[in-house]
Amino acid sequence: MARIAGIDLPRNKRGEIGLTYIYGIGRSTSRRILEQAGISYDKKVQEWNDEELGLIRNFITEELKVEGALRSETQLNIKRLMDIGCYRGVRHRSGLPLRGQSTKNNSRTRKGKRKTVANKKKAVK
Amino acid sequence: MARSLKKPPFVHYKLQMRVDDAQENAKKGVIKTWSRASTITPQFVGLTIAVHNGKQFIPVYVTENMVGHKLGEFSPTRTFRGHGGNRK
Repeated sequence: MARIAGIDLPRNKRGEIGLTYIYGIGRSTSRRILEQAGISYDKKVQEWNDEELGLIRNFITEELKVEGALRSETQLNIKRLMDIGCYRGVRHRSGLPLRGQSTKNNSRTRKGKRKTVANKKKAVK
Repeated sequence: MARSLKKPPFVHYKLQMRVDDAQENAKKGVIKTWSRASTITPQFVGLTIAVHNGKQFIPVYVTENMVGHKLGEFSPTRTFRGHGGNRK
């Protein structure tokens, strides 16, 4: 069982992919880790021995910010924006896009599910 | 796109003069400005700057956290009054 940073990695995936199950590690970081540890990208997670696992763990704890720590950092950054009352903070508060996108239509990722307004005035001829 | 690092952060020169003056002589009082594009530098901390939003000057008290942002970010130019509602 390969448990890194409090996450169980999928056993039968290639190491490069397996590591991306950790929040904060994507493909390129994952490759960097494996390169540093001198492990082939193609080696499956279950084929790692304890020594290799140790190398990977070490690298992650020493050089990277992952999972909880990373999440809280992001949250803090958002909170800072909200506290200083700048434009981006205001947009965070109101749940709208921050980077000047149009909000007439779409922007559903930020706005969430459509909330239909009852009795909305219909277009008049 | 981000500004080239070989240049210093942009601050309108007259505003810069006002800020320097206020810091040196420990002057109180707001500095009015239209220069929304000026970056807040560490010198600004502690001052109150009234930033024009196209209609009025919005007073902004500058704290340390705001360094690196632009003045305009703190002076909203639009007012959202809500959608729909019953019109009589």
